Amino acid sequence: MALVLKIGVKSLLLHKVRSILAGLGIVIGTAAVISLLTIGAGSRKEALDAIKALGATNLIVASVKPPQDSSDATRRARILKYGITWEDYERLSSIPTVWRAVPIRAFPAEIWYKANKFDGRVVATNPRYAEINRLTLLAGRFLTDRDEDTIDNVAVLGFDVARDLFQYEDPIGKSIKMGNHYYRIVGVMAYRVPTAGVGGSLAREDYNRDVYIPLSTCRARFGDWIIDRRSGQFTAEELELSQVTLTVHDTHQVRPTANIIRTLMERYHDKPDYQITVPLDLLEDAERTALLWAVFLGVVAGISLLVGGIGIANIMLATVMERTREIGIRRAVGAKRRHIAQQFLVEATILTTTGGIIGLGVGLVTPEIIRYVADWLFDYEVTTQILWWSLPMAPIIAIVVGVLSGLYPARRAALMDPIEALRHE
Amino acid sequence: MSEHTPKSGSVLTGDGFSDSGGTNVVVKIVDLVKNYYLGSVVVPALRGVSLEIKEGEFLAIMGASGSGKSTLLNLLGCLDRPTSGQYYLGGRDVSKLDDDELSEIRGRYIGFVFQSYNLIPQLTAEENMEVPLYYQGRITPESKKRVRELARLVGLEQWLHHKPTQLSGGQQQRVAIARALVNDPYIILADEPTGNLDTKTSYEIMKLIVQLNDMGKTIIMVTHEPDIAAYAKRIVMMRDGKILSDTINENRTIPRDEQEPLPVGQN
Repeated sequence: MALVLKIGVKSLLLHKVRSILAGLGIVIGTAAVISLLTIGAGSRKEALDAIKALGATNLIVASVKPPQDSSDATRRARILKYGITWEDYERLSSIPTVWRAVPIRAFPAEIWYKANKFDGRVVATNPRYAEINRLTLLAGRFLTDRDEDTIDNVAVLGFDVARDLFQYEDPIGKSIKMGNHYYRIVGVMAYRVPTAGVGGSLAREDYNRDVYIPLSTCRARFGDWIIDRRSGQFTAEELELSQVTLTVHDTHQVRPTANIIRTLMERYHDKPDYQITVPLDLLEDAERTALLWAVFLGVVAGISLLVGGIGIANIMLATVMERTREIGIRRAVGAKRRHIAQQFLVEATILTTTGGIIGLGVGLVTPEIIRYVADWLFDYEVTTQILWWSLPMAPIIAIVVGVLSGLYPARRAALMDPIEALRHE
Repeated sequence: MSEHTPKSGSVLTGDGFSDSGGTNVVVKIVDLVKNYYLGSVVVPALRGVSLEIKEGEFLAIMGASGSGKSTLLNLLGCLDRPTSGQYYLGGRDVSKLDDDELSEIRGRYIGFVFQSYNLIPQLTAEENMEVPLYYQGRITPESKKRVRELARLVGLEQWLHHKPTQLSGGQQQRVAIARALVNDPYIILADEPTGNLDTKTSYEIMKLIVQLNDMGKTIIMVTHEPDIAAYAKRIVMMRDGKILSDTINENRTIPRDEQEPLPVGQN
């Protein structure tokens, strides 16, 4: 066997360029499969993680600014009132299957500590918010029901806010200014990796730039208005709640509850100023997409390896013809048909296996290069995830392709008449 | 068949017969017929040939092209099967064996020397000599030693690691001869062994072949050159697929030492 390999390698090295070109098909095929799998698995994981972070038993109702009619220019000066109201919140939280409802009012704000400013976001919510978003504390405490009842000016800082405003100080107990009021810091949240957006239905969320205050305090200090003064323009919006996150006990209750929410919201809102997001649906959509993606990859892999295999078969046929005399010599000195067949099968397999292993390497490096280039040129983050089962698969598939594409040429070689082969010039 | 391992001490041991007396019949063919079929046309190549070759003989088969000498050589070399008739090689009827069995016979009991050397280009001289052993699964440290001894015998011990393209025609033919000897065969079949060589090199190769015959090897050589056939002890003339004559060579050319003038070839 060792000599077969040695002869195979020597014969392939005799025509280096030809062997390299023949193997290139397999290299490209394998590399394409591996890198597509890696990138595909990465984006799938990213989407699923983002959706799972929302919680499969959660339902999210969010306020959406309704599309404005261009005709009612007269209304521009007036305050636009839209979104989820406190009444909506009461109605939604009274649905029997809902055991937890977390209202949120979020808006951008300037956060001041002494002379330092941070452009962040105020998130007014209740104590359950940390729980449903799986946020953990770094120091101090989160909001409590008592804060809510006493309408206290307390705030909990997101990681980035605390780091930027209090570089060398302990923020707990210090006061920050938002709007016209001061808030005492009672806690700091731990760092949380921002979640990626999913399709068009979920925005990217960065919890680290948030400041949390009690809803009652927000209502009292900020009111329900969002006032925007920009380049001589003045717009004001009235928005009571930007989002309500509802939790049910079991995933079976998600869809019936979603239907009730839809019915309720439709009854009280005559314009589409809200959006209902069901993470469970997104999860199932993402899984369906992932399955489609896998099928697509399978087809791509099959085609590229088929093309590669045809290339190998072609080269092996040429090699067999060219080495007819060698086949005759080997037969004369005692080689059986299977020895001849074996020789050409081994050569085809050496080609494809080498191609497969190189392709594996290229396929592992390529996604990293793509990630780097995407980040550098387009500032776009590509997530990659190496599927460990794909690593042994690549050479195994390459060997199978080698044997399959070598079969016909090897058979041609084995069935040659030794006398004819010896006479061949 | 007896055990076929080389005895120590000698490069060329016996031919594998249990009692090596020099009178054993190595090759016996009886009424050998070979027809080729071109569509519906039957082309007879051998029309009943019978022959007996004893151990240690040096036989030259001569004849014009179309006389059937190549067909006979192919049959003797177990590269082909006769249409009818028997072929006993070392006492065994090999005329009806299948392809795998014939391969086995070729690998174990027959050594080939071809006109165009027929070495495998990607292998070194040493590896070329080993090829017949490889298909028998008989490459061992001892066989490596034997290859080296054979290389010395044919005068190529300096050239073992050279590729055929780096060797002259005469050197390539010496590698081919060593390869033919490596499995210690019953017979060596030489098909125009000097056909591609110049007169001087031809002489050297014939000298080597005569030397092997002197050491006890049975040699069957096909040639159409009378002065090459002249080295053989026995000459078989063929015409139209039959043996025309089978005679002892009375005026045998005996190669002399190299210091002496070369016997001048006419062509």
